[in-house]
Amino acid sequence: MQAQELPLSPAEAPAANIPAYRRTSRWKHMRKSIRRDWQLYVLLMPPLIYLAIFKYWPMYGVQIAFRNFNPVDGISGSPWVGLRHFERFVTSYNFWTIMENTLVLNIYQLAAGFPLPIVLALALNYVRRQSFKKTVQMVSYAPHFISTVVMCGIILQFVAPIGLINNLLGMIGIGPIFFMNEPQYWKSIYVWSGVWQNVGFGCIIYLAALAGIDPTLHEAAIVDGANKLQRIRDIDLPGIIPVAIILFILNLGTLLDTGFEKVLLLQNALNLRTSETIDTYVYHVSLASNFPQFSLAAAVGLFKAVIGLILIVSANQIARRFRATSLW
Amino acid sequence: MDHVSIRDGGSDRAFTIINYIILTVFLLIILYPLIYIVSASLSSARAVTSGDVWLWPVEFTWDGYDAIFKNNMLLTGFKNSLFYTIVGTTLNVVLTLLAAYPLARKNLVGGGFIMMLFVFTLLFSGGLIPTYLVVQDLGLLNTRWALILPTALSVWNVIITTTFFRATIPDELLDAAHLDGCNDFRFLKDVVIPLSGPIIAVNALFYAIGHWNQYFFALIYVTDQSLYPLQLVLREILIENRIDISMVGDVQDLVRRQNLRELLKYSLIVVATAPLLVVYPFVQKHFVRGVLIGSLKG
Repeated sequence: MQAQELPLSPAEAPAANIPAYRRTSRWKHMRKSIRRDWQLYVLLMPPLIYLAIFKYWPMYGVQIAFRNFNPVDGISGSPWVGLRHFERFVTSYNFWTIMENTLVLNIYQLAAGFPLPIVLALALNYVRRQSFKKTVQMVSYAPHFISTVVMCGIILQFVAPIGLINNLLGMIGIGPIFFMNEPQYWKSIYVWSGVWQNVGFGCIIYLAALAGIDPTLHEAAIVDGANKLQRIRDIDLPGIIPVAIILFILNLGTLLDTGFEKVLLLQNALNLRTSETIDTYVYHVSLASNFPQFSLAAAVGLFKAVIGLILIVSANQIARRFRATSLW
Repeated sequence: MDHVSIRDGGSDRAFTIINYIILTVFLLIILYPLIYIVSASLSSARAVTSGDVWLWPVEFTWDGYDAIFKNNMLLTGFKNSLFYTIVGTTLNVVLTLLAAYPLARKNLVGGGFIMMLFVFTLLFSGGLIPTYLVVQDLGLLNTRWALILPTALSVWNVIITTTFFRATIPDELLDAAHLDGCNDFRFLKDVVIPLSGPIIAVNALFYAIGHWNQYFFALIYVTDQSLYPLQLVLREILIENRIDISMVGDVQDLVRRQNLRELLKYSLIVVATAPLLVVYPFVQKHFVRGVLIGSLKG
């Protein structure tokens, strides 16, 4: 760019002019395209207005994490306090409990919920009787559509002192156990009910990957005398592992996101020790509190959002290495 | 070839049998709780609370359902949810198409930047409180719009729909339309949308389920009980155990009242889930397609 501004001999001038000329032509071209496509920009206006109001305006409001927000003075009128709210959160007595709950719940969920859809898909793939296969698929997808509230209602009914599970345990002389009041059961209840609800739906994508495997591979393997277990190990698994790796990495990217709505519904004062996560803490200190601390809640939310951003961007970077296309 | 099929027999037959056994057990694990809930909802309140129900209804009765349909809050909640779902989904689908079509066009100037604006909101968000403050500043608290406008668009659906448009609307079609003097508005209305039946169905379905199952926004944005969606009413009853059953006839003594309350929850779970499960077999293929289109990217 510097070179263009040097004084030029007349002979050189036309050559040096070319970039500038091209630039104006590109601008002209762009202006022409914009004028030609104006209707597309009109179409984009309503969605962009939505984004501006409900996505980007809240980002402007994030600054209350660094202020002492009070409703009377509004966002920009409240005094700055720097990182005080972050310090309060990080040094609070339950900070490590909350972090641990959030991470352990996610890792537990991943460990229990990730492999099972793969196993189910592999098993279904070797069912030759279509009617049986369809039945299993149909039934196992169904719980996915039960709403969170109803799902938690079912859980509470089942683990109640007079519920199904205690009736079953009673038959072998155990209990009754007050599951919801005993913190040590909480995470398992949360995770395994989630597995029950989502394992069928989770296998759809693996079934599709299995269907995409070249059938001649299987034919060749059969001719070579491979049995079904060998075919699973050497043909099916390599076929779905790329999909599985991508999904796993993307799951790691949302390691701080819990099923907030479900966590909230299953919480009570007695199991809070193992059930309080970052998201529910934000809710508890603000909107659910008699003395709402909006700035503290916003600070905790921002703390999570920043770590979440780092996690998901790095997860996507790693995923990108496994596949040409990635999240964006 | 003979020995091949014999070898196929041995270990593979064992595999097949074990496979069927495992899948049958799996099927029962998924199915049993569902059957139990339906049976419990049709049993007497006494049988449910004393643990006599195992598989089929015991002392068959419609008591639980009777009690539900006498509850006005549930009816209000149902109507409200219908409103939120229909209006909300319509707005969702329109906005999604408006965003996705221009973004799918290959040489839209600034298209990449605009897409970044969308995608960035997936990576970072203002969070619960700043969003709440915006809804409050707009004066939407305690209005029906609080449950419709803040969730008017899902960026995931925009991405999925953009991917679909790119894959299914050939450039030649657009060139031909332009040559014939067709502008972009008309092209979207008369060519793209009629070709997009499947993606519109997938969008509508996912948005509708989202609205129907949503409770948290109602919990924080709405305090007026007459605006409660069904899920929030269900939460009151199923989770918070708050229900007035005094209107259900002569249930005087405390124990029977408590029993009826438990029975009613099972009936409620059935009533709240049944509509979805009845429609579900017919729309299942759209869900499957939605998951698969979504997995193209993401």
